[in-house]
Amino acid sequence: MARKLLLEHINVPGINTFDVYRSKGGYASVEKALKTMSPDDIVEEVKKSGLRGRGGAGFPTGMKWSFLAKPEGVARYLVCNADESEPGTFKDRYLMTYIPHLLIEGMIVASFALGAKTSYIYVRGEMMPQIRILEKAIAEAKAKGFLGKNILGTGYDLELYVQPGGGAYICGEETALLESLEGKRGNPRIKPPFPAIAGLYGCPTVVNNVESIAAVVPIINDGADEYAKIGIGRSTGTKLISAGGNVKNPGVYEIDLGLPVEEFLYSDEFCGGIANGKRLKAVVAGGSSVPILPANLFLKTINNEPRLMSYESLADGGFVSGTMMGSGGFIAYDEDQCIVRNTWNFTRFYHHESCGQCSPCREGTGWMEKVLHRLEHGHGKLSDMDLLVDVSKKIEGNTICPLGDAAAWPVASAIRHFRDEFEWHVTNGAEAITRNFGLAHYADPLPKKEETVA
Amino acid sequence: MKVTIDGIPVEVEPGTTILNAARQIGGDIVPPAMCYYSKLKDSGGKCRTCLVKVSKGSEKDPRPMPKLVASCRTTVMDGMEVQNITSPEVIEARKGIVEILLLNHPLDCPICDQAGECDLQNLGFEHGAAKTRYEFDRRTFEKIDIGDKIQLHMTRCILCYRCVFTADQITDHRIHGILNRGDHSEISTYITAAVDNDFSGNVIDVCPVGALTDKTFRFKNRVWFTKPVDAHRDCDHPGCNGKVTLWYKGEEVLRVTARKDQYGEVEEFICNTCRFDKKKTADWVIEGPRKVSNKSVISSNHYDFKPLPVVKTNPVLMEANKEQFERDTRL
Repeated sequence: MARKLLLEHINVPGINTFDVYRSKGGYASVEKALKTMSPDDIVEEVKKSGLRGRGGAGFPTGMKWSFLAKPEGVARYLVCNADESEPGTFKDRYLMTYIPHLLIEGMIVASFALGAKTSYIYVRGEMMPQIRILEKAIAEAKAKGFLGKNILGTGYDLELYVQPGGGAYICGEETALLESLEGKRGNPRIKPPFPAIAGLYGCPTVVNNVESIAAVVPIINDGADEYAKIGIGRSTGTKLISAGGNVKNPGVYEIDLGLPVEEFLYSDEFCGGIANGKRLKAVVAGGSSVPILPANLFLKTINNEPRLMSYESLADGGFVSGTMMGSGGFIAYDEDQCIVRNTWNFTRFYHHESCGQCSPCREGTGWMEKVLHRLEHGHGKLSDMDLLVDVSKKIEGNTICPLGDAAAWPVASAIRHFRDEFEWHVTNGAEAITRNFGLAHYADPLPKKEETVA
Repeated sequence: MKVTIDGIPVEVEPGTTILNAARQIGGDIVPPAMCYYSKLKDSGGKCRTCLVKVSKGSEKDPRPMPKLVASCRTTVMDGMEVQNITSPEVIEARKGIVEILLLNHPLDCPICDQAGECDLQNLGFEHGAAKTRYEFDRRTFEKIDIGDKIQLHMTRCILCYRCVFTADQITDHRIHGILNRGDHSEISTYITAAVDNDFSGNVIDVCPVGALTDKTFRFKNRVWFTKPVDAHRDCDHPGCNGKVTLWYKGEEVLRVTARKDQYGEVEEFICNTCRFDKKKTADWVIEGPRKVSNKSVISSNHYDFKPLPVVKTNPVLMEANKEQFERDTRL
């Protein structure tokens, strides 16, 4: 295993305090960036590193920064999106709990690069301990002169605030987050204008995930070229994966992008295989909103090549046989898990979290939830599967924000790959309540690709 | 700026939205809008009935937009090409939206005061399916009185936010907003506090469905039995110019509303005195009968099933919008 970039010192006792963090080389990037680099250099460096947004969409961070409008006399803001609420994802919480200064260090460098004088960390309301930890860390950094007026004598001022959210999933969407930060109801805004033009209080704003901002620290410390060497293709660097579900060792792991999924899932360094000696049935690779894949399609792509933990390889096959990197919420299901129940559970979440602003998501998520509830409890009809696919298509792409897509994809993919399990829930309704469908053929090796003679 | 909508070019000002460009062309290529209201700032983008396909972004960047866009909130670019009724994708999506809007709607049109002038009813008639696939209980709410003149029947609401914007922009001291989220969100005056100001009655006019109704008119009559007559009076309220529509049944003025244009939007907002208190012919100077489209049921039970005029003459539109054309000509 190569050197870890973010979690290198995670096991050092007291790393959450300023002194220990500093003694381990912390805040070196702040010194380097503020004293030797210009803001444009930093943006260029991040661009060169190929860092992609770690919040889910995978948009290149450097590109996002360079889109920021810079009109004269208007404040610019950097907002850190720590409203991590995707079911299955808990990497940001881990990072904020154990190594809060890494985030603060990243925030200082990123704010300097963007020319922001005030930056916010918007933390999900349920994460009260993390809010306290961050506030304490900010106070420490401020006392040592890394925040506040005239940082390190460079003349750069930065105020950093922690803002607790109300605990709504929708506030992880960047424009809803900005609304919420402004003190309004957390409804996503209609884009355009994008936050890079008119964001917080109508000023140009960049919203980045916790991990993206933390990743700026090693990029500045080691240089973009070093960072870009790690990883594969357009997926550079390391990524935090929060592994959960039926794996032997659940937890947060830092992996080099490009690691084969088989190694991630079965090697003792990471997940350590499936718990209790069971077999793998399905995997949700990047948090609840990405398409679910059966074991065979997850370990191998449709062309029978091993799948890698990278943005491209996970998405290989598109929505037909691929999935997405998402936010890194890795959930494994063993052979005794019910996919119908799981899909219902996810849909129930999206139904509960839909903001109610635009109609397809508001009404459609409730509809899907009710149909799935019926299926799970053995009262479904065979036509329900087609109905669900149709409803998910009516939602997908027709909503203001991506929550509609996020609600539609798990349902559509579960039916695409596990249709026989859904049908079994209808045909054997009474039995479906008492036992699960089992592994069936979901881990069978993929059929050989047929050679078509031209 | 030149923009082409369903093959019909039009010159518009920069900054115009696709919907308003379509309205300049007029006819049946205008996307329906349930939540957009040209008199209210920031409205629109929520109901998604006005989705259109942008098949060519602009002259400079001819790539099509990847998703359907809400025409009420998307501004035109020079050389943009938009497909509304010529795109099967749009027709399909719109059908889905109508079904979704009607999911939790009680469909109590027979006892609803809005019936006959309801945007949702028109939309469902034009784009909806004959039957719903929804087999569950619909969400319901208790009726709430907001003030002594307005009743809120949340069950019928489609959450277009128009009344919220009205309360925000037209009236002072707003105590009107949305509570909760998802499909249980509701319009509320925050613990039934009365909406108490001179312009509150306008929320009735902007409501596209029968969720906000005039208590002085409730259950008095069906809309299509009343005759609309334009009238005005010297209103001493500084924000109101007293131009209204009176709705007569026989000699009696049953209700007073603002004047609505062909898209169901009021021309000018009126004050509560004009709306609720002046219900005698003697209070008004009569201008003459209000023109009502002969497609509306308000024009004395006269239904017009002629195919839409532009579609009838344009073979391209006829082919593209086959389903709609057949439905219109069948009757």
